[in-house]
Amino acid sequence: MPDIFDGYLPFVLAGASLTIEVAVASLLLAVLLGLCAALSRLYGPPPARWIAGLYTTVIRGIPDIVLMMLIFFGGQVWLNAIADRLGWHYIDLNPFVAGVLTIGFIFGAYMGETFRGAIMAVPKGQIEAGHAYGMSPWQVFRLITLPAMTRHAMPGFFNNWLVLVKTTALVSLIGLQDMVFKAGVAANSLRKPFTFYLLVAVLFLLITILSDLIFRWLQRRYAWAGP
Amino acid sequence: MSPAIILENLPLFVSGLALTLQLLVVSVLLGLALSIPLALLAAAPDKRLAWPVQTFIYIFRGTPLLLQLFVIYYGLSQFDWIKQGPLWPVLREAWWCAVIAFTLNTAAYTAEIFRGAIRQTPKGEIEAATACGMSVYAKYRYIILPGALRRSIPMYGNEVIFMLHATALAGVITLVDLFGTARIINSRFYAPFEAFLTAGLFYLGVTFLIVWLFRRLEKHYLRHLDPAHTPGGP
Repeated sequence: MPDIFDGYLPFVLAGASLTIEVAVASLLLAVLLGLCAALSRLYGPPPARWIAGLYTTVIRGIPDIVLMMLIFFGGQVWLNAIADRLGWHYIDLNPFVAGVLTIGFIFGAYMGETFRGAIMAVPKGQIEAGHAYGMSPWQVFRLITLPAMTRHAMPGFFNNWLVLVKTTALVSLIGLQDMVFKAGVAANSLRKPFTFYLLVAVLFLLITILSDLIFRWLQRRYAWAGP
Repeated sequence: MSPAIILENLPLFVSGLALTLQLLVVSVLLGLALSIPLALLAAAPDKRLAWPVQTFIYIFRGTPLLLQLFVIYYGLSQFDWIKQGPLWPVLREAWWCAVIAFTLNTAAYTAEIFRGAIRQTPKGEIEAATACGMSVYAKYRYIILPGALRRSIPMYGNEVIFMLHATALAGVITLVDLFGTARIINSRFYAPFEAFLTAGLFYLGVTFLIVWLFRRLEKHYLRHLDPAHTPGGP
């Protein structure tokens, strides 16, 4: 069988591992930010609630690609200003960092809403019982709220993950050599844009299908609600 | 931040906004028209009718829109028979490629929303329609579709906002929409905050407008769910 990818398959697959790295790093940041946002909106003092609300609104109102360019180019301007003031050499903003920061920041807002809904679904009596036993707020969160909210948060969490993976395609536009970027390079040098962009679309679809299978297995195993 | 750059380029932003709104309205309307027959097929009890549409929906929901756009805009030029075909004058235009990609994408997402809503139709309504002697067509036309479309309004509002944000990808394939304008201004003046924050504010404004519009639609079409308007309610 002739090789329709002319030997470029390993080259594109190397980009796929970067795509997954970006996705996982962004997911971790998003979960962290999402927990902070959810807890501040539910239990924080008024200014914290207000900031968390503003964060969610702004993220939902502005396209991800605009935010990514803002953080990538704007971050560079800031870095230059800081380096100038401190008398350092020019520092290049790493596109991996900019990409992960943007995607993590965006999905932190969505995770925040998912977590907020999940926390509100935990029966109040359970949390009150924890306080009545003399647990500290942190103990109540770690031992009662967090385990109890998980089953409510999972469908939304999984949905966010699927959207997040697809959003990583945008990092190719700020020069990160993920699989979309590498497909572009291969497409240009072989004049086969259809073949290579379709290949990457199929790879994204495989990630989606695999995530679906894993989630369904977990869902049966832990009897979570459906997405 | 220099307000002068923003003010000087305000006309450019406004013409970018016009293209963004044009792309949004055209693809959302075309996508909506396409999604209703797709949803009916996808919800069909006959598996042979349902699975091709469900596969289409799964593929378009499971891959990034950026790649769908690239496959259509860059990809199709790989084939000589397309370049010599009658559709080439349309398919080589970035505007048409963007509209085609956005339309297919939103049709897939919208069909999935409607399919879910059709399947949630209360059994009693269908039984009542059957008992009244309605034909299959009449049942869909007067009972199933109106209810399903009403129930879909809140989720469809989210989809329209999602599409507004998705149209920014048009700026990647050389179109000068809001995002394309911001990119040009950023590279011309090296002013990322002025360029992208201004574009972001425009998008935020349109988002609020869509939210407001759908809230009015919900008030009108979902009035029966509002406890304040239920006869004998509070």
